[in-house]
Amino acid sequence: MKSLEELMAIKNKMADRVAVRTSSGNTRIVVGMATCGIAAGARPVLNAFVEGISEAGLADDVIVTQTGCIGICQYEPVVEVFEKDKEKTTYVKMTAEKAKEVIEKHIKGGTPVAEYTIGAAQL
Amino acid sequence: MDELSLYVLDITMNSVRAGATEITITLREDGEWLWFTVEDNGCGMTEEQLKKLTDPFFTTRKTRKVGLGIPFLKMLAEMTDGYVRVTSVHESVSENHGTKTEAKFGKNHIDFLPLGDIVETVKTLIQGAPSIDFTFEHIFDNGKVELSCAALREMLGDGISLSEPDILQWIGQYLHEQYDELGHPAERL
Repeated sequence: MKSLEELMAIKNKMADRVAVRTSSGNTRIVVGMATCGIAAGARPVLNAFVEGISEAGLADDVIVTQTGCIGICQYEPVVEVFEKDKEKTTYVKMTAEKAKEVIEKHIKGGTPVAEYTIGAAQL
Repeated sequence: MDELSLYVLDITMNSVRAGATEITITLREDGEWLWFTVEDNGCGMTEEQLKKLTDPFFTTRKTRKVGLGIPFLKMLAEMTDGYVRVTSVHESVSENHGTKTEAKFGKNHIDFLPLGDIVETVKTLIQGAPSIDFTFEHIFDNGKVELSCAALREMLGDGISLSEPDILQWIGQYLHEQYDELGHPAERL
């Protein structure tokens, strides 16, 4: 099968890259993937972050991970961004489109997208 | 949730949270029925937990007071003349502990929810828990689609995580290629 050859090519390419990787990421993007998150649309949000970070060439510095329910189900999909030496940013009611914007303005540009944060959602 | 594949994701997340190291997801369909089974070697449930499983006001979580995963699935399955059956052996009872969830859905029933993007569900699970040995099988009458994380890991060696974006993308293509070859193209949403 053609696909298995492609996997070996990816393996060889990655062996070099993984070896030179210095840190385990300065930034962590955490997506809530419990029942509440999944029901509210977290799967495409997670996917948008995974693919967007990879396409932006930031995969060595930014880690995308999943977590369970943090107790604010009505605001799902919830995404938390942890940056080294900075305060945590919590985004609520996320979509794949908003995720792309967060990558562009916050992760690449350094400025959180205030209108999507929990502070702007008027608790 | 508007796709059955999201329920598969949700139910399998229970196995991940139960500390499973091996999780097998099997889907099987014919013209009339779709079955799915998720079987894990996680901590399992006590008899008391198992009894309360379909009660929406029971959850082991500390962050909220409701648990809708199984009740949702049960409702959906029963609406299509199907069922949900859960069997479990708690770790305090036997070394062979774990949980098995089986669900059956009537495909021709008006309330049947389309499977949706099952490939994305598999990728999401691997992304979140790259060290778990997921086995995925989707059986049709003319063959099956399959993926074994243990086999992939053996091919890739220890240094490369299955959660690497390039690997996840490959896994997606690999599954879609198998679905296409069987003449059952999977949805891409």
